[in-house]
Amino acid sequence: MSLLEIRDYRLAFDTFDGTLHVLDGIDLSLEAGETLGIVGETGCGKSVLARSLLRLNEAPPARVVSGAILFEGQDVLSLPEKAMRRLRGRRIAMVFQDPASYLNPLLAIGTQMEDAIRGQEAALGQARRPHRAIRSQAAELLASVGLAEPQRLLASHPHQLSGGMRQRVLIAMALAGSPTLLVADEPTTALDVTVQAQVLALIAGLVAERGLALMLISHDLGVVAASCARVAVMYAGTVVEEASTAQLLANPRHPYAQGLIAAVPDLDNPAHKPRGIPGSIPNLMTPPTGCRFHPRCALASEICCSIKPALREIAPAHGVACHHATP
Amino acid sequence: MTVPLLDATGLVKTYALPRTAFQPARRLTAVAHVDLSLARGATLGLVGESGCGKSTLARLLLRLTPPSAGRIVFDDQDITNLAEASLRPLRRRLQLVHQNPSAALDPRLTAAAAVAEPLVVQRLARGTELSDRVAQLFAEVGLGPEFLRRYPHELSGGQKQRVCIARALAPEPQLLVLDEPTSALDVSVQAQILDMLAELRARRGLTYLFISHNLAVVRQVCAEVAVMYLGRIVEQGSAEQVLGAPRHPYTQALLASVPRLTAGAVPPATPSEPPNPAALPSGCTFHPRCRRAELSCHTGNPPPLVEGLACPPVALSICQTRA
Amino acid sequence: MAASRRMRLAAWHFRRSFASSLGLGLVTAIVLLALLGPWIVPYPDHAAGSVNLTGKLQSPSAAHWFGTDEVGNDILTRVIIGARLSLLVGIGITFAAAAIGVPLGILAGTAGGRVREVIMRLTDLFLSVPGLVLAIALVAALGPGIVNAMIALVLVWWPGYVRLAESKALSIREEPFIESARVAGAPSLRILWRHVLPNSISPIIVKMSMDIGQAILAVASLGFIGLGAKPPTPEWGAMISIARSYLPDWWWYAIYPGAFIYASVLGFNLLGDGLRDILDPRSHRG
Repeated sequence: MSLLEIRDYRLAFDTFDGTLHVLDGIDLSLEAGETLGIVGETGCGKSVLARSLLRLNEAPPARVVSGAILFEGQDVLSLPEKAMRRLRGRRIAMVFQDPASYLNPLLAIGTQMEDAIRGQEAALGQARRPHRAIRSQAAELLASVGLAEPQRLLASHPHQLSGGMRQRVLIAMALAGSPTLLVADEPTTALDVTVQAQVLALIAGLVAERGLALMLISHDLGVVAASCARVAVMYAGTVVEEASTAQLLANPRHPYAQGLIAAVPDLDNPAHKPRGIPGSIPNLMTPPTGCRFHPRCALASEICCSIKPALREIAPAHGVACHHATP
Repeated sequence: MTVPLLDATGLVKTYALPRTAFQPARRLTAVAHVDLSLARGATLGLVGESGCGKSTLARLLLRLTPPSAGRIVFDDQDITNLAEASLRPLRRRLQLVHQNPSAALDPRLTAAAAVAEPLVVQRLARGTELSDRVAQLFAEVGLGPEFLRRYPHELSGGQKQRVCIARALAPEPQLLVLDEPTSALDVSVQAQILDMLAELRARRGLTYLFISHNLAVVRQVCAEVAVMYLGRIVEQGSAEQVLGAPRHPYTQALLASVPRLTAGAVPPATPSEPPNPAALPSGCTFHPRCRRAELSCHTGNPPPLVEGLACPPVALSICQTRA
Repeated sequence: MAASRRMRLAAWHFRRSFASSLGLGLVTAIVLLALLGPWIVPYPDHAAGSVNLTGKLQSPSAAHWFGTDEVGNDILTRVIIGARLSLLVGIGITFAAAAIGVPLGILAGTAGGRVREVIMRLTDLFLSVPGLVLAIALVAALGPGIVNAMIALVLVWWPGYVRLAESKALSIREEPFIESARVAGAPSLRILWRHVLPNSISPIIVKMSMDIGQAILAVASLGFIGLGAKPPTPEWGAMISIARSYLPDWWWYAIYPGAFIYASVLGFNLLGDGLRDILDPRSHRG
């Protein structure tokens, strides 16, 4: 049984202007200890998908149209709220993009970490441990994410820390419940590139050391390539290609994935001129029929406009959702 | 030798930090002794991480804020201490494109009104001539006439940035400062915008000061690069040399940190983080994080830029290898 | 925003929220009464206060829906005419206070430095004095009467607008689009008028709509203590002031004007809440 299995998941947002068909049949799976990267541009739905794992999308206007998200065999979408709370932070932990917004500026780091740890206690129905025990666990967690002088940090406030340190604190809080799956949504986008390297190294180290499964979402193909063994490329609410990172970078088969890779400027090879993808992302209120990428695709044909291509395996562990990709 | 379009020497910008009862007044040095020269038609990339002062430097060069010390000469005219009223006519020739196109457009104005603003304010066109010029600018940035009446919230990120670029081009500037123009855009849109910028530069004979933290983009766009760290330029030279064969340890660390499109290659991490700009280390400000730091790096003044490199140990070793 | 979309968005918000619809309904009713007043009242000459002692203090009946007062005037008539007075007064005070406070606040927020210091200290001075006390003192000095009551209230209320406008202008000032305008060469006055002011207006509109209700209440309070409208002007507060001595036997005299004050204040408050939801840009994505 896979650790995480997303089956034909469809999600819509009912807004004032109309219904946005944000996710249109996502099929993904993740084994224990595996690292999966989800890469895509604005409007592809990757963040919404990540938040769905913990049911963080606000129920109106979000509306599950169909599908299931099975975590350790249980369907997350139909769990009662109490069971959901036991899942959040404990089995599945999330880290978000902007560390400053996810820390309360008025409370000391120690207080916020204690809240996280106590929250886990309560969700598990454990007895309340003494304050000192909680404090030392918090210090241990901070040390495990590579922060020096944990005692001093516990007494500091978020504004006294740099962006990289704040993100480490958030990762430490995420690990408080000893999760089996860590979901990181653009964890390094708001950080400088040298700090990003540190945080990516940290995440890689933690994943290896604790046997965590990792789902890392980013618009930056480089970040995903560095951290994940497998990659899924999303476009306008669908997974268009899924393969091992090496396979995808060497031999992308979906026209969008190819376009995406061709658009990235290469630092080491300035002769490679990045090419844009013509057109723009579709309006999710009236998405294109058939394959959602067809209006921008050079290979588009009759069948592309009418039938939505399913994700088919064209090589071992390499799936592509395109009528024109043959094994 | 031709006169550079923009020549800045010894630029310094410091800010007073708010005083607390128990601390003496401290100053934060955002830009420290920067010399910068832009030839006509040049493309200079200014790279560095947050807090390095590149945005402050850009705003000094545009005279949006006065320097604490130093001199700025634009097209042979000393603009260092000009009053706002005298600067206004000059603003036609110096324009800025912001990082975040959503925030750079007044949400209550249509795209056409936004682009027309510089023309109206500088009294460069009125009536039908104004609408004609606006329409031409839209066409130049690849936006059809249907976009004229749209509001910012009805445009995508790439479209908004095109509007901002059209607005910057409206008064026919000579120098365009681009502050992270594609950072907020998707990579597939970025390529289109960069292409357009290159084309515009060729067609209009513009000079670009391109600020970015994205080294790969800078390598695409710029012929010369200057690397900033904590308010100083630490390395400067042609793009091939600085980004292809960097000499300063910080530039090397920056380049090594960028994740490449190779599976499983976690970039090497540089130790610790940039220090608090209000409490800079003594000597060379990079020394706490530097692999090559020697005793002499810890003391004295930060090293000056010599032949495009502000690092004595490296310069010395190059000299020695040449000798 | 395109005007038609804004209208549709407004309609959608009002449909969704009972409170906002109620507010809109109450305010519309008051406005209609004020507009149509003189033509729909059953006893037009009672409005100005004719004396008809034989019909005094009659309880509500078919002929007099709200009963009559101590000089025989139809209370319904006087309450409706009072609506016109209260609404005009409320709107007048609010607009006048905004007309003084908003430009000062925007100027303070945008200019900063010395100008801001001077304006804000002056505002603080006025704000430190309790509102109603200041109003009473001013009216006592100027003499009773509705116009003086209005002047007093405007002087008490303009500082609130300065504060609101200043804080909004301060945050708008940091936005990149303001910097873009400077880079384009726009002079400060133009930036203020064309960029800062229109983007600061939403919270001001919300405050104004709520303030109309509060202004009506404030004038009624002044009228209640005899410092506002003078009899025989059919002002709600003044009516309650006199009606006080006739409670509880002739309850209708106090109840109806009181109910109308309540309904107006409630209506404007709810409308203000509804407007805030519509004008808040975040709710547009919902």
